[in-house]
Amino acid sequence: MKIVILSGSNVGTKTRTAMNYTHKEVTSKYPNAEVTFIDLAAYDIQFSDGRIYMDYEGDTGYVAKTIMEADAIMIGTPIFQASIPATLKNIFDLLPVNAFRDKVVSVLVTAGSPKHFLIAEQQLKPILAYMKAQIVQTYVFIEEKDFHQKEIVNDDVVFRIERLVEDTISLTETYTKIRAEKEAKYDF
Amino acid sequence: MEVFRTDVIKDMEFGLYTLGDHIENPVTGHHISEQQRLKELVDLAKLAEDAGLDVFGVGESHQEFFVATSTPVILGAIASVTKKIKLLSTSTVLSTSDPVRVYEDFSTVDLLSEGRAEIVAGRGSRYGAYKLFGYDLEDYDELFDEKFDLLMRLNKEQQVTWNGQFRPPLQNASLFPQPMKGHIPIWRAVGQHFSSAIKAGRMGIPMHLAALYGASSVFARRVDAYRRAATEYGHDVKKLPVAAATLVYIDKDSQTAMKDFFPYINNTFIKTRGTPFPKDHYAEGTSIKNAIMVGSPQQIIEKILYQHELFGHNRFIAQIDSSGIPFRKVQEILEMLTTEVVPAVRKAIMK
Repeated sequence: MKIVILSGSNVGTKTRTAMNYTHKEVTSKYPNAEVTFIDLAAYDIQFSDGRIYMDYEGDTGYVAKTIMEADAIMIGTPIFQASIPATLKNIFDLLPVNAFRDKVVSVLVTAGSPKHFLIAEQQLKPILAYMKAQIVQTYVFIEEKDFHQKEIVNDDVVFRIERLVEDTISLTETYTKIRAEKEAKYDF
Repeated sequence: MEVFRTDVIKDMEFGLYTLGDHIENPVTGHHISEQQRLKELVDLAKLAEDAGLDVFGVGESHQEFFVATSTPVILGAIASVTKKIKLLSTSTVLSTSDPVRVYEDFSTVDLLSEGRAEIVAGRGSRYGAYKLFGYDLEDYDELFDEKFDLLMRLNKEQQVTWNGQFRPPLQNASLFPQPMKGHIPIWRAVGQHFSSAIKAGRMGIPMHLAALYGASSVFARRVDAYRRAATEYGHDVKKLPVAAATLVYIDKDSQTAMKDFFPYINNTFIKTRGTPFPKDHYAEGTSIKNAIMVGSPQQIIEKILYQHELFGHNRFIAQIDSSGIPFRKVQEILEMLTTEVVPAVRKAIMK
């Protein structure tokens, strides 16, 4: 199973911190999974210009191709101006229409205010659904007060991250099985 | 129709086109050389003519997994071994070429083939040509519109005075040689963009429509939009032919066809588009309402006739040599296409 942990912001530390916890949880609980951590702050990614994703080069090509090869993607996003950051939207724009077909996608949100709770529901999930993702319905919402010095200080958040990882893996396994059964019915 | 050499009321032309894709056979792992692949394109055209097909097209690509970058050269080679079959570029990536050069090349092919050349001009769906020739994807629409306009003028006028953004101006320019009849049929390639169909209609240019997979009715909307736009802009749709281009794979029974073709199309999708062909979508191909032309000869007949009811098209052009399918199998498909499918479709349509 190929899992991509995607930290969707190029500034700040909270999303990166949450994704570090997620990364650690995945690698310790599922040592056989092939995990790639992508922190968008560490890459120089160009804006989408409409070409097919395989034609991008450098960091842009690497990130697009790595995501396309994944079975599951765990996306971490901050909320900027009541929406997802441009860096993350650009990743979606780089990929083809049905990029998340046969992939499971789960979401972690970090935000400065509880008022942002529904943004993932109303803005991020519709994009993932349009791109044909199998979405893990429950997401982890983490507020600014849950962090201190690049650590998560709210145990409840840590438990929720553990559960999200578990749900992501079991949904991926389940979905892979369902698909295999369905495809076994075709004789091609 | 003198200009397009196709009577759009009566005629239904049949033919083949190739993109010159050069991919290893996913079943056997065998990968022929580029030289062998190019030779096969010429051989296939000759076989198509011998089997009585009307047209043969070679499409331009500038990417890994393709050998047909220089379509006029390939068509020139084909011209020398054939006598009747029309020679098309399916399509020419006009946006990244100089229309003057394109016109010279195709006038030459036209003379060498005694008036059989046609140009199908498109924008290209991949980045390869843009990067190679130093064009900016930002200018995607502008490039094509300007170059298409110039190409049309070169086809109509003896001396052209022209000014544009992407090429030095022309001052009373005459081109040599001139095609046999003084002009070449020019079609517009239409792919996934609805607006291309509308633009072709507005300009009163024949439309070469790629209808590869998915519900055929979706492509019918493109044809309708094309004809509606043509009518609105004062063109007589009865004089505007429509071509439908698609992939065709035939075997004696449909089950074998579906089963054998899947690894080829799936591998090509992964290699050239980066996404597999979803099996559930492929399975929809068993319905005659789906545009994927995979099946028994009878099924292909039904699918073409169903599309003909929807599109009323005048040219059916099939790609049978894609994805590393061995040439022996390509010949078998050609045989079934020309001895079973084409005669039955012709008969049904002529009624």
